[in-house]
Amino acid sequence: MLDVEKVHKKFDGQEVLSGVSLHVDKGDVITILGPSGSGKTTLLRCISFLERADSGRMEFAGTQVDMHRAGKKQVLALRRRMGFVFQSYNLFANKTALKNVTEGLIVARHMDKKAAAEIAESCLQRVGMWEKRNSYPHQLSGGQQQRVAIARAIAGDPEVVLFDEPTSALDPELVGEVLQVMRSLARDGMTMLVVTHEMRFARQAANKVILIDGGHIVEEGRPQEFFVRPRTERARQFLDLLGRENEGGTGAAQ
Amino acid sequence: MNDRILNLLKDSFVQILLPGLEMTVPLTVISFSLGLVIALVTALVQVANVKGLKELARFYVWIFRGTPMLVQLYVVFYGLPKVGLILEAFPAAVVVFSLNTGAYASETIRAAILSVPVGQMEAGYCSGMTYMQTMRRIILPQAMRTAFPPLSNSLIGLVKDTSLASNITVTEMFLTAQRIASRTYEPFWMYLEVGFIYLIFCTALTYLQRWLEKKLERK
Repeated sequence: MLDVEKVHKKFDGQEVLSGVSLHVDKGDVITILGPSGSGKTTLLRCISFLERADSGRMEFAGTQVDMHRAGKKQVLALRRRMGFVFQSYNLFANKTALKNVTEGLIVARHMDKKAAAEIAESCLQRVGMWEKRNSYPHQLSGGQQQRVAIARAIAGDPEVVLFDEPTSALDPELVGEVLQVMRSLARDGMTMLVVTHEMRFARQAANKVILIDGGHIVEEGRPQEFFVRPRTERARQFLDLLGRENEGGTGAAQ
Repeated sequence: MNDRILNLLKDSFVQILLPGLEMTVPLTVISFSLGLVIALVTALVQVANVKGLKELARFYVWIFRGTPMLVQLYVVFYGLPKVGLILEAFPAAVVVFSLNTGAYASETIRAAILSVPVGQMEAGYCSGMTYMQTMRRIILPQAMRTAFPPLSNSLIGLVKDTSLASNITVTEMFLTAQRIASRTYEPFWMYLEVGFIYLIFCTALTYLQRWLEKKLERK
């Protein structure tokens, strides 16, 4: 459904992605792991054209594009088929929770207000934020903002939703509510590409785990295998490190 | 202060206030409105990096921020007729004041746009919106809230700067006061009085600004 082929991206001469390829099937929940600076966020941003890849091809929603040369209209059309959830939520600060969700539907997809409001209601219900629909972002906690952001991302009925470290900016006690929403989306068959440090989510909700390091995909596989019997030395190191960080916790230690 | 001066102040108050309402206020309102439109366009072509127009915008801001407004008034009113462009005093003043406001306010608006986090634009893109849609619906409303206090400052500044138009024969408040002063030989009281009337105008605007700021905050 989404195929990404040989993405290259340099920042100031520094290679961040060196030919990453990725295959996503409908209904896949893929977590992308990796140390910071490994290029995992850049990969998501290239897929959504927030960054322009230096080269690479992409096949998505029935169209093939050159990721470097894709024109404005192509980019716009592709973006309208995907959702994106940011680390720092990025809710529209001048709009209520409800308007955050309806904005793209009305302005970009030319839906009439009533239809947009109906979709927004079901999306906000899904993330448990309907009661707070008239609140402005600054009146909401981080976890609530991120749930509204997820509602916004799924409102356009996307074929895939990209999550860029959706819980990394949250206070620890707020992580759970966001992960719970993400798990329920996964259960409902949403195709998701999740960059995260949440090993529990990777283990429990994903059907595939990808480890990126130094701009390459080092290892990929089913979570059961990846976490229990990693094939590469790099993956073992990475999991060991995590295991040590969250003692007795969620890493690969046990 | 004797009765004669008190009566003089009373009479001249109305005589000065009237051209204030008939000239200073319209001059300010028209120039400021036009200036804002110019400022918005000037800021946008720079932020959006429109080739050619961006350089033109920088050039325009450079000229109008770098030369005295009084000189600009003289060039437009006394100078341009020599090259065949004749403007009446009032329109000439409007041209100078709005271009001047435009130059300064464009920098205010540009800075305010740049102060909106990039994530807002990215979120607009990811909601399927175009650059212009996001700019109009998400970025500008936030930027305008930031720009509001400094823009209010510019407006208050402009009220006072309109007194410069007396130099090109616009009979606004200051020119009227000047005339009364030379007729009555009371420069001290007349100039104090006109200063006081400017103060009233600006005080009213300050209160208006505070009230509007509170309204904007509530969102």
